[in-house]
Amino acid sequence: MTTPTTPSPSSSSESAAPPTETVRLAAVAADLQDERLIQQHGIGGAISSFRRRVRAGDIGSLPVIIGLLVIWVAFSLLNPNFLSSTNLVNLTLQCAAVGTISIGIVLVLLLGEIDLSVGSVSGLSAAILAVGFVNLEWPLVLAILAALAAGVVVGLLYGFLYTRFGVPSFVITLAGLLGFLGLQLWVLGSTGSINIPFDSWIVQFAQQTFLPDWLSYLLVVLTVLAYAALRYGTSRRRTAAGLSALPVSSIVIRSAALLVVLTVPTWYLNQTRGVGAMFVLFLALVVIMNFFLTRTRWGRAVYAVGGNVEAARRAGINVTQIYVTVFVLCSTFAALGGLLAAGRLAAANQGSGGGDTNLNAIAAAVIGGASLFGGRGSAFSALLGILVIQSISSGLTLLNLDSSIRYMITGAVLLLAVIVDSLSRRSRVSHGRA
Amino acid sequence: MTVLNQDQVRSAPTGELVLSMRGIDKNFGAVQALTAIDLDIYSGEVVALVGDNGAGKSTLIKILAGVHPKDGGTITYGDRPVSINNPAESNELGIATVYQDLALCDNLDVVANLFLGHELGRATIDEVEMEKRSWDLLRQLSARIPSVRIPVASLSGGQRQTVAIARSLIGDPRIVILDEPTAALGVAQTAEVLNLIERLRERGLAVVLISHNMADVQAVADRIVVLRLGRNNGEFTVAEVTYEDIIAAITGATDNAVTRRAQARVDAAGDAAVAAGASPDAAPPEEDRP
Repeated sequence: MTTPTTPSPSSSSESAAPPTETVRLAAVAADLQDERLIQQHGIGGAISSFRRRVRAGDIGSLPVIIGLLVIWVAFSLLNPNFLSSTNLVNLTLQCAAVGTISIGIVLVLLLGEIDLSVGSVSGLSAAILAVGFVNLEWPLVLAILAALAAGVVVGLLYGFLYTRFGVPSFVITLAGLLGFLGLQLWVLGSTGSINIPFDSWIVQFAQQTFLPDWLSYLLVVLTVLAYAALRYGTSRRRTAAGLSALPVSSIVIRSAALLVVLTVPTWYLNQTRGVGAMFVLFLALVVIMNFFLTRTRWGRAVYAVGGNVEAARRAGINVTQIYVTVFVLCSTFAALGGLLAAGRLAAANQGSGGGDTNLNAIAAAVIGGASLFGGRGSAFSALLGILVIQSISSGLTLLNLDSSIRYMITGAVLLLAVIVDSLSRRSRVSHGRA
Repeated sequence: MTVLNQDQVRSAPTGELVLSMRGIDKNFGAVQALTAIDLDIYSGEVVALVGDNGAGKSTLIKILAGVHPKDGGTITYGDRPVSINNPAESNELGIATVYQDLALCDNLDVVANLFLGHELGRATIDEVEMEKRSWDLLRQLSARIPSVRIPVASLSGGQRQTVAIARSLIGDPRIVILDEPTAALGVAQTAEVLNLIERLRERGLAVVLISHNMADVQAVADRIVVLRLGRNNGEFTVAEVTYEDIIAAITGATDNAVTRRAQARVDAAGDAAVAAGASPDAAPPEEDRP
């Protein structure tokens, strides 16, 4: 945009600037004209602006990435097998089920709400799958759809209770935790444990399906190309609109970095069994949810409701609809996670979705950077968080440590994550970045 | 210092009559909040709605904003009678209300707040077009926002008010209602917002300004409508009114601290000063105004 500031008698000093100043401003992108803006150019500028953001508490995913590196270095020193390709393949497979549940948790956290019943709902979903497919001999697809439908119904129920009666989601889902655990036991019946045949495709998918090497590399290349194309498209449109844009050199560097970040782990996993189909499904869900959260009106509305419900309502956003869709998505992701877990275990039993499933899913979202105060976080929080949790779990298992120690350490990490969240929030407030 | 009757008021503003309220009544249970209120709103004019706490200012603008339905009276928009039953109908008539709490989402950036609920683009949000239009709008208002890609939480009070007012312009309204826009602001920030109100008038918008700050009212308003205990209690043109007259109309008494002090000054200055009663000397000092 090249419109100079309109001179007017009573306006502030900007319009009083001499004509030469106006000419100079016209050559600068519309969003960089304010002289108070600290401007940075080139790679050095990018680094120093990054450092300034971190100091102000706008840390994003930085703590969790550092935490992940520390955990990996520590465990690989304690046991060299930790970073072996075999173990990392297992790690990715362990991530998928709870990670999928965690995506839903990120969504409810964005609204400033919570769902404590995701474990029970995932267990219920596994029970419906097993009973439908094995005992009642439904087609597998029908059993899966029935399980997912159960998730949808649970979400609708929560959404209705929350928006109609205004009961806090904490209490609704606490009741759901107990209620759906009971329903799960009732569905499973007296046997209590049902095995799912190994030759069914859901078990094959969860346990045995890995991408061929060529396909995994093709996916990596396509992802990087799509990223570069999107960035370049945005950059060109911003230039056309007279706004500052990312230079091509910077897009190339970022794309190259992404290529390395994706290729190295893919290559390493391909040394043994490769990239599990279930993990790819989880990654795809994360990317899709990230798209919906950042690029659609629905996603914008989710962040707005999480930030200030009343403002969202007055802006004409259908707040009720946002709450209901998010509760439905959360329960449906929980049901899907239950299906993946059942597939990986090749069974559904009374313990499905029990134990630490619930807490790991919630902890993963929080560790990954989704704020408990609402309005902050991204779909990638689920991915980063679950990697941390499963790394700890896998590392401690390799060290032959008891599950008692595992729980304590996971608890400590969760506490650390929440403290980092609160501290960075306080720092953001004092630096005006909340 | 003339209290104008309806005919004089109608001829005074240069703009056309946009909206006219006649005999508006509103009660909450046993409380008669508004009784036979008249209010005219003209384009290209800033009308200040003043009155003490409980005078009915907020109730009146909430009727315009569609928050409360009126119990009696008529609202005429242009030349047709209208009823405003909910906020959406108010928006459709081109009435934009900026509430005192601003209703901004602190976690979203300026662009997202400006277009909240009215995002551009079809299936996906068109961020580039939104950012471009944000800058165009903010430049038109000579608004001093350093970056539109920072969260609203990092802006000053005046800048937040600016964003809230700019947001009300996104729907291309004809009437903008501002509820206490300078209440929580410092001197420089108040000046910023008052400049902005001037810009709105220059754009030909009808502005309804609620304020307790008489300096602000006298700085930007063209016409002052005083409410007292839910009734009209005087209508003034700013050029011809003194601070004391407004205070007297608001409090409903000619005997109060302000008038007594003014009277003491007048007495001390002698008869010569009585003739100059409407001169700026009696108004608050010029440097108090931003």
